[in-house]
This record gives sequence, structure tokens and C-alpha cells, in this order.
Amino acid sequence: MAKSASTKKSNAKGKKAASAPLIPNRERPDEPERYSADKETLLAFYKEMLLIRRFEEKAGQLYGLGLIGGFCHLYIGQEAVVVGLQSAIEPGKDSVITGYRDHGHMLACGIDPNIVMAELTGREAGISRGKGGSMHMFSVEHGFYGGHGIVGAQVSLGAGLAFGHKYKEDGGVCLSYFGDGAANQGQVYESFNMAELWKLPVIFVIENNQYAMGTSVNRASSEDQLYKRGESFRIPGIQVDGMDVLAVRGAAEVAVDWVRSGKGPILLEMKTYRYRGHSMSDPAKYRSRDEVQEVREKSDPIERAKAELMELGVKEEELKSLDKEIRKIVSESADFAESSPEPDAKELYTDILVEQY
Amino acid sequence: MATELKMPALSPTMEEGTLARWLVKEGDEVSSGDIIAEIETDKATMEFETIDEGTIGSLMVEEGTDNVKVGTVIAMLIGEDEDASASPPPAAEVKEMETPTEVDDSSELVVPEATARKDDPAVPEGTAMNSLTVREALRDAMAEEMRKDERVFVMGEEVAEYQGAYKVTQGLLAEFGDKRVIDTPITEYGFAGIGSGAAMGGLKPVVEFMTFNFAMQAIDHIINSAAKTNYMSGGQMRCPIVFRGPNGAASRVGAQHSQNYAPWYASVPGLIVISPYDAADAKGLLKAAIQSEDPVVFLENEMLYGRSFDVPDLEDHTLPIGKARIMREGSDVTIVSYSIGVGLSLEAADALAEQGIEAEVIDLRTIRPLDKETILNSLAKTNNMIVAEEGWHVCSVGSEIISICMEEGFDDLDAPVTRVTNENVPMPYAANLEALAVINADKIVSATLKLLNK
Repeated sequence: MAKSASTKKSNAKGKKAASAPLIPNRERPDEPERYSADKETLLAFYKEMLLIRRFEEKAGQLYGLGLIGGFCHLYIGQEAVVVGLQSAIEPGKDSVITGYRDHGHMLACGIDPNIVMAELTGREAGISRGKGGSMHMFSVEHGFYGGHGIVGAQVSLGAGLAFGHKYKEDGGVCLSYFGDGAANQGQVYESFNMAELWKLPVIFVIENNQYAMGTSVNRASSEDQLYKRGESFRIPGIQVDGMDVLAVRGAAEVAVDWVRSGKGPILLEMKTYRYRGHSMSDPAKYRSRDEVQEVREKSDPIERAKAELMELGVKEEELKSLDKEIRKIVSESADFAESSPEPDAKELYTDILVEQY
Repeated sequence: MATELKMPALSPTMEEGTLARWLVKEGDEVSSGDIIAEIETDKATMEFETIDEGTIGSLMVEEGTDNVKVGTVIAMLIGEDEDASASPPPAAEVKEMETPTEVDDSSELVVPEATARKDDPAVPEGTAMNSLTVREALRDAMAEEMRKDERVFVMGEEVAEYQGAYKVTQGLLAEFGDKRVIDTPITEYGFAGIGSGAAMGGLKPVVEFMTFNFAMQAIDHIINSAAKTNYMSGGQMRCPIVFRGPNGAASRVGAQHSQNYAPWYASVPGLIVISPYDAADAKGLLKAAIQSEDPVVFLENEMLYGRSFDVPDLEDHTLPIGKARIMREGSDVTIVSYSIGVGLSLEAADALAEQGIEAEVIDLRTIRPLDKETILNSLAKTNNMIVAEEGWHVCSVGSEIISICMEEGFDDLDAPVTRVTNENVPMPYAANLEALAVINADKIVSATLKLLNK
């Protein structure tokens, strides 16, 4: 720290601070506007967010019962991010990739909750036939490319998927989700560099839930305004209220337009919050209970959408019956997952290689 | 219906814990996410949240109770519109977890038998032979596959305009353009990831590492992303990619640039590892690697790039992956090797022949999957085996071959299998020390004579 002290000293002597670099005359994306949703659209968003929340609550419960093992990272609190973004892309054309906190992304991609829950419990009927688990799920059919357990890997892989879209000229874009923790990984910046250099159609989404495991953003990041992290690669960044599904959707439209029109990558920083621990075994010592409670009470994305729906004339009973319907779906997925058999022992040696040699 | 709240497992290994403190009392209304208790595990004190809305009906385990087994009912939660006075079950009972972890008798482990390996396709009589360097053969393999399949592209440092750091990609840019022959920044981790992602998305990348020493920066994607995808996805997501470049010691480039990675990659299920010796195999196997639907690590050797060999002039010279090649037949001893070691072994075999010893030389060509059959058949014939490997001997390919001979060829062994390898030191720079450190034909000859008590 001697260095910064001496800098201070020389400044005190009256030397001028170095001037800020010139900002070249670069095109910027438009400032996003909050999406104005009609009742049906907002109801659909609400339903999807609620499905993710209830699904994750159930997953937490099954973990507590020992039916889900190993690591299990819940998405509770962050639902608006994936629901808002996924609503702006084209299924069947675009691709999606994320890290290990992936249950919500799968549901938002339209993948059957039954086979997701069956994968969490390690069953034959799971989407990876029980061989992937909570962190490793994929559905090429739905354009969902995982489900990756190494922090930051999905950023390079996502740039690769975008490379594929450009190479094949299929008009697709890739949505590559990663957290504030991954935003400090070296390969992220290697990928930013190549993505902009080659104008790859990729939307980098930082889901800034404030904590990388137990380390808060400002304890880990010298620049904690993560949307600026692409600027030195000429990747424009936008900071978004990730607790507001309509703000997310609005930003997603700007991002999709930018990327699809061939202008190269864009970076969205979604300011969000994770209510639960990093994984199930989280001692919750790095933040106060009051902090979590305050976010839940003041900024919950589902409660916010609910309030707006009621303003739009949706009746409380309607939302209650929707909740019931979703609880039923989730409860059935748990029953399905519990009653499905484990994979046959002969599956141990399948799918290691595609071909026989 | 009342819901049983059970002692949760709060980590992958937790079996029991202490119910340290209740944060609710009977009759309290709770909604999902509310913290109702603190539970101590061996690692930490954790908060236990309820997952449903309702009223706490009864608390069945007193706070401060130690050794509460996971799965024990600790409280009852009464749902909406239910009678909160509903009587709880008589006593807190430990319920066995319903995890189906026991393996029943019918699910015995079945290790699939290796299928019979395909032989090299016959080269028709009268086929012309072209003398090509290994470098040219590799280039031709890529060019032929790129002509056939639009999905194939080459990326790496200096592969395009510079024409390849070792000139392996010479001429490719001119023929295929910069869409398919792509210079990358010096960022191995990043471009190995981009290549792997492109392969997951349906392309067939050939990723060149200037040398495999630099692939250490990228080994995470080779192993964690490329090799495991097919398995982790239950067979629905593939990663057909070739990682290629020079491997092993070059000449006078010191410790960080002289290392054989064959044993590293060969230990990983989900990868194919190929390390050819001559130009014909380099061509035929690189073509096979590019055609494969699996991720392949293709280990070349800088010292061999400039050597010329006969390559059959065929429209499609593709060789089978996983098949070793008998380079020289012999009856007294088998020398197993791969890559540059094959040339040294052939040299040694010539020297041994002058002393009346007929050595059989096997080029493994593919390191994973290993052609055990060819190794064991040769051992059965000669009863003596040497493994010659340009690399360290600890946890080497040689170590694996010795295991195979012990486990499956023990009765055929007249003497313990011997390894001839580099010395167990980082590669020195000084010319004399480097010469001492690396394997050579003389070392193979002496080891063979010693093995045969001559």
C-alpha cells in the first residue's frame, strides 16, 4: 500500500491528477426502457417466476430429505433475470449457456420440470439420465447448452456457441450467463477480447447477486460496477435492475437488437440478489439476516409483478389459483423424481465416447 | 394436511446435527423462506428455513438437543384452513431416509469388453508412394477434411497469416480464407473454450496449440468442458474437437518448453489421445481425428515435423483410431513406443540385429484407447518387453503398459518389463545435460541387453 500513499502525497503537493482517457466517438446502444407489458404477458412472466421459485423451494426441501445430494445451488431471488431475458430471444434459433446455478434457466427454456427434478435426484428419467446432476444439465433440443461447474467456463463456451451462430450464418445469438464471482476470472476477459474482435453475436449477462459464495462484490472486485468490465474491449455495458422483470425485458430487447444487427457483443449487468445460501451448506455468516429480509420485503421480483398485476385488474383469487396450479406441477415433479428408478448399472459405462474404437 | 418438518441435511456429508435454537414458537404463522431454527453441524451453524406457509403446530425436538439424525421430524406445520390443534404424531421418531442408495444384487457392475480393433485399410498394390514430411502430411490431412466438410475450421496462434509457427498450417489461409483459418490472440484458455463451445454448437474445430506446453493454460476446457460433456449430458451433447500441436522435448528450449503430456491426457475418460510417429500415420490419424465425433488430443512432435516418409497416394487415407502398428517384426524382445520414441526404437532394433537379437517394435499410435491386444500378443510371442518413452517414467504410459502386462500377460513374461525414458528431472538447457536427460537409441540398446542378460 506504500504506492498509493506516495501518490496521495504527490497529489497533495499540488501535482495534477492524470487526465481521463479520451472517449472515442463510438456508437452506443440506446438507453433501455422498461418494457410495457399487457396483462397476459405480465401474467406469463409472473407464472414463470413463480414456477422457478416453487421449484427451487421444493428442491431445497428434497435436499434436506437427502433425496438430492452433493451441491445444490438455488436461484431463489433471481427469477426476474432469466425470465425477462429468455422472453426476448427466439427459441430454436438462439442458444443459452450458464454455470451451475442452472435450474431456473432450464425451466425458463421451457424444459419439463419433471425431468429437471429427476436429474436433481439422480434418476434414469433425468435429463442427463442421472449422470449430470444439479450442475450439469443440457438440452440441445431447447438450445440450452448447460450447466457448467467451472466458474467462468461458460463465458468462453458461450462465445464459442456465438462463433458457431456467426459461422453457420443462422442468425442466432448466444446468451451467456455468469455471476459476479465469474466476472473476475481471466478467461472471461480473453473471451471478451475475441468476442469483440470477431464481432460474435453474444450477450454476456452478469447476474450480480452481490456475493460470490460468501465474498461480496466489493471485497472481490476492484471495479465493482461490473457493467463497465467490457469497456476496455469496446463492449458496451448496461446496468439493469435485475429484480424487475420488465426492466430486464426492456434491456434484453436493446441487447438482442444490438447483437443481432452484427454490432458484436454486449454486456448486461443484472443487479439481483440471492435469498438462499450459495449452496445448501452455506453458514450465512457473511451477511445479516436483516439484509436478506429487507431485499425480500422491498424488492422481491415476484411480489412486484404481483402488485402490478393487481393494478392491471387481476384478482387475488386468480393469483391464488395460479399458485395452486404451480404447486401442483412442482409437487408432481417431486413425486415423479422420487418414484423414478435410478439409472441401470450398465449406464455407468455408456456415453463416455460417441463412437467405438 | 399437516406437513412434517424434518431435520435437514445441510451439506453433502451431514448425518446428524444439533438443534441449537428455535426461532419460532408453537402457533406462529410462517411463510416460505422464514428462518425457523438454527442448526449446528460439524462445520457451521446454519439457518433452517420453512418451505411452506402455515402455522407452527408443534415443536417436537427441544432446542439444545444434540445428535438429531437427519430425517427426524422436528416440527409440524399446519397449512391454511386446517385445525392448528390437530394432534401431532405421538413422538419424534427417526425415519430412515428414503434415499435409494443401496445397490441391489441385479445391478452388478458391467465393464464393457473392448471391441475388436479395426485393422488399417489395405493399400492396393501398385499405389504410388509420395515422400512427404510429417508437417506436409498434417497439413494435407486438414486440407482434405476441410474440403470435405464445411464445419471443419482451424484456429490458433499464428495459424493463418504467419502460416503456422511451425508451418504446419502453411497454405491453408490461401485456400480456405480467414473465415475458416483463424489467427487468435495469445489466449489459450479463451480460445480452447471458444473452440469447445463451437464444437458443442455443431462445428468441428481443429484447435492448434503452438506447443502443448501452452495448453496447460487451457487444460481445464480440454478435460472439464470437452471430455466430460457427452457423459454429463447423458449422450445428448457432443464436443467433436481436435486439439493438436507439438508435444515433448524439442531441442535446447529448456524446462518449460520440453514436456510430454501423453500420460496426462491419456488418464482422462472421454478423451481420445493420438501421438503418431511417421507421416503416413500422422495424415491418416489426423483425418480420423477430425472425422471423429469425440474430442481428440493429437500430440505431434517438433523434431519429427521435418522428417520425410512414404505416404500412400490415396484419395482418402484414413486410419483406424485405437490400433497399434507393428513397425518391425521380431521374436526375441518387444519394444513398445510412440511418437519420436518409435524412430529411436527402430534405430535400436537395427543395432540389436547386428548382435543377433531380433526386436519387434510396436508403435502405439493411439495412447487412449490403448491397443492392449497388440501389446499382449507380441509379449506372448517374445516374452520380453521394453517400453521406450520420451518423457518421465513416473505415472507414464510405460507404467500403464507394465500394469497391463502384470495383470493380463504375467505368464508370458520371462523378465520384468523395463522402461527406458527421460531422466527424472526438469529439462536442462546445457547441451551436454540435455543429451544426458533424454532417451536415445543407445539407452534402449543397453536396457535390452541387460533385460536379456546379454
